[in-house]
Amino acid sequence: MRMFIKNFWKQVLFFAVFFTFWEGSVRFFRIPDWLLPGPIQIFREGITSFSVYSSHIIPTVSLALFGLLIGSLCGAITAIVLHLVPALKDMFYPLIIMSQNIPIIVLAPLLVIWFGFGMLPKVIVITLVCYFPVTISLLSGFSQADRELKHYMLMAGASKKQIFWKLEWPGALPALFSGLKIAATYSVMGAVIAEWLGAKKGIGVFMTLSSSAFRTDRVFIAIFIIVIFSFLLFLLIQFLEKLAIRWRPTGEGNNHE
Amino acid sequence: MSELRIEHVDFSFGELQVLKDVSFSVAAGEFVCLLGPSGSGKSTLFSIIGGILKPDRGAIWLNGENITGKTGYISYTPQTPSLMPWRTILDNVLLGQEIHGVRDEEVALSLIERAGLKGFENRYPHELSGGMNQRASFIRSLLSPQTMILLDEPFSALDEFTRLDMQKWLLTIWSRYRKSILFVTHNIDEAIFLSDRILVLSAKPATVKAEFAVPFARPRQEEILLSTSFLDFKREILQALRSDSI
Repeated sequence: MRMFIKNFWKQVLFFAVFFTFWEGSVRFFRIPDWLLPGPIQIFREGITSFSVYSSHIIPTVSLALFGLLIGSLCGAITAIVLHLVPALKDMFYPLIIMSQNIPIIVLAPLLVIWFGFGMLPKVIVITLVCYFPVTISLLSGFSQADRELKHYMLMAGASKKQIFWKLEWPGALPALFSGLKIAATYSVMGAVIAEWLGAKKGIGVFMTLSSSAFRTDRVFIAIFIIVIFSFLLFLLIQFLEKLAIRWRPTGEGNNHE
Repeated sequence: MSELRIEHVDFSFGELQVLKDVSFSVAAGEFVCLLGPSGSGKSTLFSIIGGILKPDRGAIWLNGENITGKTGYISYTPQTPSLMPWRTILDNVLLGQEIHGVRDEEVALSLIERAGLKGFENRYPHELSGGMNQRASFIRSLLSPQTMILLDEPFSALDEFTRLDMQKWLLTIWSRYRKSILFVTHNIDEAIFLSDRILVLSAKPATVKAEFAVPFARPRQEEILLSTSFLDFKREILQALRSDSI
């Protein structure tokens, strides 16, 4: 984190150069607005048309958060059950790995057919995309429990429940959070794509409306909102991680992939 | 106080026989070292005593009770400190008690102080050195309700200077609490310096090949490490260790 702050100006510099170059090219080559608007125009549009898109933000945000919550909960519960019942793990773990190869998004039209255009099919899509990263990282977190500590606890007469709550669960928290970070990014993507398929309100809707009207500047606004929201969600999870894990996981950093 | 008896224990992993007719005992308050080449099945023997593995033959007795295949009777200190990185030193040393539903912070704090870890009780293991963590790990075993402690090469990862300090510290703590200790090592000096009796294990399949009563009086000073009688005794043990390679 300190490194991040120390090098922060370098990132600011990058964006400054990037936007200047973008604005300069758009003006120099006289690129039409419908093809590629410059950042200044996008920014201006972002302020003037705030009332147009503001009502689209909340539905997407709540949809993504709701789906993330349900998906992560289901994922965590699945991981815990599979971990505690090895027979089930042997049966389902390979299936879970295989099913990861299915791009869940392709199931969305099917879900629309079955469940219509309401909240339900969208929440299902997001739940599905958030489910796997959480399940898999939590399971790998459980399996990384220190063997010697487990030996120690077993010999000392610890019950299965004690081993789980005192050793395996706290040890798997870093892995759980890295799964949650992936799930968070997926949830925003899932929400937007679900809205493309049909919704009354939402950033996805605003995006399709703008693109079919060739309002490219508004498409960019939608993209920026999505990026900012994803980033805030990531920061939120990182904050929760800091609260939950006050110790430093072995091997510096939180890379428990 | 506890007396541990191992009677005719055999154990194999499939075709590979690891332990063959292992028998010995540890008297109440006694400090016994198991000395043997690396990979001679010492850790397997610990798993059997601790009740995680069941022997193919033979039995483990503790105070006249058959504890073969039963856990919870022995406190085990692994080779690496094996403290939980998410627990403070205080919470870590109390783990053994917690498993049995008690938590005596006062005694824990006094032991932490005696181990020279005062001021570190609310620190996390990664903030302490290897030797300090190993001491905390041993305090955890001392605080556990069990009276029989198994130590699995606890000092093998430490440098020579720290090791000698730790050995002296272990002896002072042990002479005060007088728990029974079964200590595995492959360091002959360590075995002689620490224990009352030394059991020499053979290479696979492991069996108790020789037994030595250590003739040095307690409390022991580190000077004895360089005395002639110490070296003579060490030679005797070394010969016993070597004899099976023929």
